[in-house]
Amino acid sequence: MKRFRSLRLLAGIWALSVSVLASGCAGISHSGHNRGESPLPFQGKTITLVTANHPWADAIRPLLPEFEAATGVNVIIQGFFEDQLTQKLTLQLTTGAETPDVFMYRPLQEGKLFYKNGWLEPLDDYVRQDAEYDRSDFSSEAIRSATVDGKLAGIPVIMEQGILYYRKDLLQKAGIPVPDTIDKLVSAARLLHDPDNGVYGFVARGQRSPLVTQVSSFLYSEGGDFTSGQQATINTPEAMRAFTIYGSLLRDYGPPGVINMSWPQASAFFAEGKAAFYTDANSIFKSASDPARSTIAEHIGFASFPAGGNGSRTYNITSWGLAMNPKAVDKAAAWAFIRWATSKEIVLQTQRKGNPGARYSVWNMSEGTAGFPKEMVEVIKQYGIGGVDHDRPTVINVAEARETVGEIVQRVMTGDPDLQQAADRANAALQAILDKEAE
Amino acid sequence: MQYNWFDRNLKWIYTMPAVIFVLVMMVFPILYTVRISFFEWSMSAITPPKWVGLDNYITLLNDSRFWGAVRSTLYFTFAALAVEVVLGVAIALLLTRDFRGKNMVKTVFLLPMVATPVAMGLVWQLIYEPTIGAANMILEAVGLKPQLWLASPNQAISSLIIVDVWQWTPMIALIVMAGLATIPTDPYEAADVDGAGRWRKFISITLPLLKPTIMVAAMLRLIDVLKTFDIIYATTQGGPNLATETLNIYGYVLGFQYFKLGMASSLLVLFFALVMGLTIFMILMRKRMEGRYE
Repeated sequence: MKRFRSLRLLAGIWALSVSVLASGCAGISHSGHNRGESPLPFQGKTITLVTANHPWADAIRPLLPEFEAATGVNVIIQGFFEDQLTQKLTLQLTTGAETPDVFMYRPLQEGKLFYKNGWLEPLDDYVRQDAEYDRSDFSSEAIRSATVDGKLAGIPVIMEQGILYYRKDLLQKAGIPVPDTIDKLVSAARLLHDPDNGVYGFVARGQRSPLVTQVSSFLYSEGGDFTSGQQATINTPEAMRAFTIYGSLLRDYGPPGVINMSWPQASAFFAEGKAAFYTDANSIFKSASDPARSTIAEHIGFASFPAGGNGSRTYNITSWGLAMNPKAVDKAAAWAFIRWATSKEIVLQTQRKGNPGARYSVWNMSEGTAGFPKEMVEVIKQYGIGGVDHDRPTVINVAEARETVGEIVQRVMTGDPDLQQAADRANAALQAILDKEAE
Repeated sequence: MQYNWFDRNLKWIYTMPAVIFVLVMMVFPILYTVRISFFEWSMSAITPPKWVGLDNYITLLNDSRFWGAVRSTLYFTFAALAVEVVLGVAIALLLTRDFRGKNMVKTVFLLPMVATPVAMGLVWQLIYEPTIGAANMILEAVGLKPQLWLASPNQAISSLIIVDVWQWTPMIALIVMAGLATIPTDPYEAADVDGAGRWRKFISITLPLLKPTIMVAAMLRLIDVLKTFDIIYATTQGGPNLATETLNIYGYVLGFQYFKLGMASSLLVLFFALVMGLTIFMILMRKRMEGRYE
C-alpha cells in the first residue's frame, strides 16, 4: 500500500509538471492568435479539460482550434485511462482544486457520488437560459441518466445501448436465423458451440463488476430490475432467471477463462472469430469489428437485443458526459466550451467518427449515421425512444452495489449449488446499501 | 558563542532532516490513518467526516468478506513463504558448489527478482490464460488435463503463489548464499574425522549454523509477502468471486472504489496490527533459536 501511495504521489507530480509544461506550450502557441481582431468574449481565458482516453476525445481534439479562435478561450486538454481518470478526478476534486474546469465523467457510475460530494455544477440554469442550445433535442433517456436529485449534473456526450453481435457466416452455414428471443439465442449458442474447432457459442463479460451492465439487458428483458423504489430486487424469480441464463451461457458455451474477462478481452475474443455470439454495448463496436484487428470483420452482424419474457428491453443510457467543476474560476467560459462541444454542429462531427451522441436531430441526418454500420444504425434508431435509463443499480455507491449483483452471476458460472441462498445474501447486501443511503 | 551552540547541538542538527522525514512521511500518515478510522468519510467536500467511534471496526469484524480476506492473506503468505524458504535454501546449497557457468546460472536465477511485478503479473496472466496460455500447453504436452488457473476460484490463489514463488525465491537464495559463505570449515573437518555422512553434516552443521540467516531471510520475506499487492491487482484484482482478495486489495477497494475512507483506514490499522504481531512473533522465535545455538 505504501509503495502504491508513493507511486501515486509520483504520478501526481508528473501530471502536475506535464500540465505546467502543456499550459506553457499552449500559451506560446496561442498567444497573438487573434491580434488585431475584434475583442472575443473570453479573450485570454484558459480552461482545463480532462478527458478519458476515449475516441470522443480523439475526435474533439482536432476541433479545439476552431473553438479557441471563435471565443478566445485557450483550452488545455489532458487524457487519462478510464480507471485513472476516476482516481485523478476524485483526488483533485477532494482538494477543492479549481481545475479541471470541465471533465468527462460516467454519470451512472460516478454521477451521484460526485454530485453529493459537491463536485458537479448543476447545469439547469445554463441550459434553460439558452433557447438556441435546444435541450429538447437530447434523448430524454440520456438526460435522465445524467440527472441527480432533479438537477442536470452533466451534459450527455456518449450514448450506449445493449445489442447482440453475431457471426453471419456461422449462422448461414448452420442455416439458422438471427435469434430474436433469448431462448433462441441459447439454443443457437448450443448449436454453434464447437470449441474443438476454436469457436465458442457465446462470449460476454464475466468479471464480477464489469458484467453487471451487460446482464442488465437480460434482467430487464425477463421483467426484472436491480431495485424497485427503495427495495433491492436481485433475488426475485425474474432476476434469478436472467442471472442464470447469462451465467449458464458463459459457463456452458463461453471460453474457459471468461470469468476474468471484461469488455476489452471479450470484444477481442469475438473479433478474433472465436465466438458466435456476443452481447455488449453498441458503443464498443469498433473494437469488436475493427478490420485492422479482426479477420472476420465483414462477417459481423448487429441485431437488437433478443426478447425475454418481458420483450426486448435493453438499457439506453449516457455512458459519458461532460461536467463542470463548481470551483471553476470562469464558469461562463467553461459553459461556453460545454455548449460548443455538445452543440448540433460538433456532435455531428464527433458522431461521424463513430461516437454515438445524444441528439435526435443528428441521428436523423444521413451524415450523422455515416460513421456506423448500416445494420447498427437501424438497431439504434429502433431503440431511439424508450429503453431503460440505467444499466446498473442507481445508488451512490455504485461500485459496491455492482459487486453484489456480479457475485450472483459469478456463482452461476462456477456452479454454486445453493444459488438462491447466495442471491438472498447479495440482495440483503444491496438493501443495506440502499437503506444506508436513504438515511 | 555560536560555534559552541552548534557544537553542543550537533547531534540534533545532523539527525534533524532524517527525523523530520520520518515524522512527516511515516508517523504522520499512520496517525492520520488511525484518526480517519474513527470517522465515516467519502472524501466529500460538502459533508465533513462524521465521528462514528469504533463502528468501522465493529462492522469489519462482523464482515465475512473481511475474514475471507484475512484467510486469503494468511494462506497466501504462509504457503508462499514456506515454499520460498525451502526452495531458496535448496537453490543456495546447489549454487555454492563449484561448477562451470556458475555465475551465469546465478544471474539467470536472480532475474525474476529484478523484473517489475506489475509487468510480470500481466505476463503470468497470459501464461495462465486457459485457451492460449503456455501453462496449459505445457500440461497438455506432458499429457495432463488443462487447468483453469486464475479463472477458477479454487486454483486462483495457488496460481498466484506460484508467481510469487517464481519471483521471490531468488531473494531467499541470495541471502542464504551470503550466510553459507560465512560458515567456517573446521566443523566439517571435525565431522569428517568422526566419519559423518553428507546428510548428517547438513542436518547437524549446515542447517543449525544457517538458521539465523534463514530466519532473517524469512522475516524480510514475510513482511513483504504480507503486503503483496501488485501481482494480485495486475492479474485477478481479487477475483474470481473474491478468491484472491487479500487485506491489501480489500483495503484498496474500500478506499478507492467504494470511497469508504473510514472503513479502509480501520482495515489498514487492523492490518498494521497483524503485520506488527507476526513480525514480533518472528523476532521472538529467532531470539529463542539463536539462544539455543550460541
